[in-house]
Amino acid sequence: MTTGLPVSTILLVTGFGLSLIGLWGMLTHRNILRIIIGFAVIDTGLHLVMVATGYIRGGTAPIIDAAMSKADAAHRAIDPIPSALVVTAIVIGLSVTAIMLSFAIRLYAAKKTLSIDAFAESKW
Amino acid sequence: MIRRVLVLLTVFLFALIFCRLIGGYSELQELRPLALHYVMQGPAELGAPNIVTGILITYRGFDTLGEVAVLFMVAASVGVLLKNESTAGADAVDDDSDPRREAGEIVRTGKQVLLPMILTFGAYVIVNGHLSAGGGFQGGAIVASGGMMMMLARPGAALNVALLGVIESLAGVIYVWIGILGLVLAGGFLDARFLPRGEFGAFFSAGAIPLISALLGIKVGAELSVIIDRFRS
Repeated sequence: MTTGLPVSTILLVTGFGLSLIGLWGMLTHRNILRIIIGFAVIDTGLHLVMVATGYIRGGTAPIIDAAMSKADAAHRAIDPIPSALVVTAIVIGLSVTAIMLSFAIRLYAAKKTLSIDAFAESKW
Repeated sequence: MIRRVLVLLTVFLFALIFCRLIGGYSELQELRPLALHYVMQGPAELGAPNIVTGILITYRGFDTLGEVAVLFMVAASVGVLLKNESTAGADAVDDDSDPRREAGEIVRTGKQVLLPMILTFGAYVIVNGHLSAGGGFQGGAIVASGGMMMMLARPGAALNVALLGVIESLAGVIYVWIGILGLVLAGGFLDARFLPRGEFGAFFSAGAIPLISALLGIKVGAELSVIIDRFRS
């Protein structure tokens, strides 16, 4: 099962790759819903990146039970702080997405279209 | 065409930055000092085997309180944003005379079978947050997914938003009270140690952490259900 690549590198590549896909989607698509989906993909990618920075070689989840004693924890547990921060980040990402979706509904009600080209008033 | 090139350039530049970041990152060999402190002292100080929950609810409890406030604000602002919309759009829906279609047999039967399981699992995840992987936010999301399934299976039924609002506000108020109790009886705001620590790894242990976790779960579950319901109408 050894791939030669460290686990955190795989996670970082995946996370940043997802972010790039999301950015590409956000910049190329003109439909507001697709832009929101692009944002969600960026968000997910960055969560992966954050979790990856907490990984320690050979580490496991920071939960002390029969499989990992208190003394073991210092060597075998991964960094719990990024994990705790990602829980916060996920909730905030969900909140931002919910707000964006409700704005999308309002915009649709105003112009009966979801194309971003229709909303050119605030374009400089 | 020029736009496409610009987009390509932007993505390429970001990719360059990310590649440099990945190239410069070396996997941690041991814990950072702060993490080491949390991992070594957290279980002994708080009595919670799940260190992430300990950090989330006690060491960074204030963050979590702010996060819950953000969630509350989102529920409120989604309500404000969609309120006029639903009253204005109500006529249009009536004109179309296209009532919501009833859910299919599979969805309805699936709801009957799965809903109790989903809610039980959500409650399990919420109350075991201090012992094992889980916690208030995760369990609350599971409970809300159960609520969403209920809405899918019975599109016509109204969710009692007022009751959910009361439950959610009560949970929030009790959460802040517990925080203040921690300030009075223990080391600081949201310090969970004013209740006995109990036996390590037992269900009733880790001071007020399970209590706060349960309140968070109730609050998040109710809030997410309200948000989903707002989008439905």
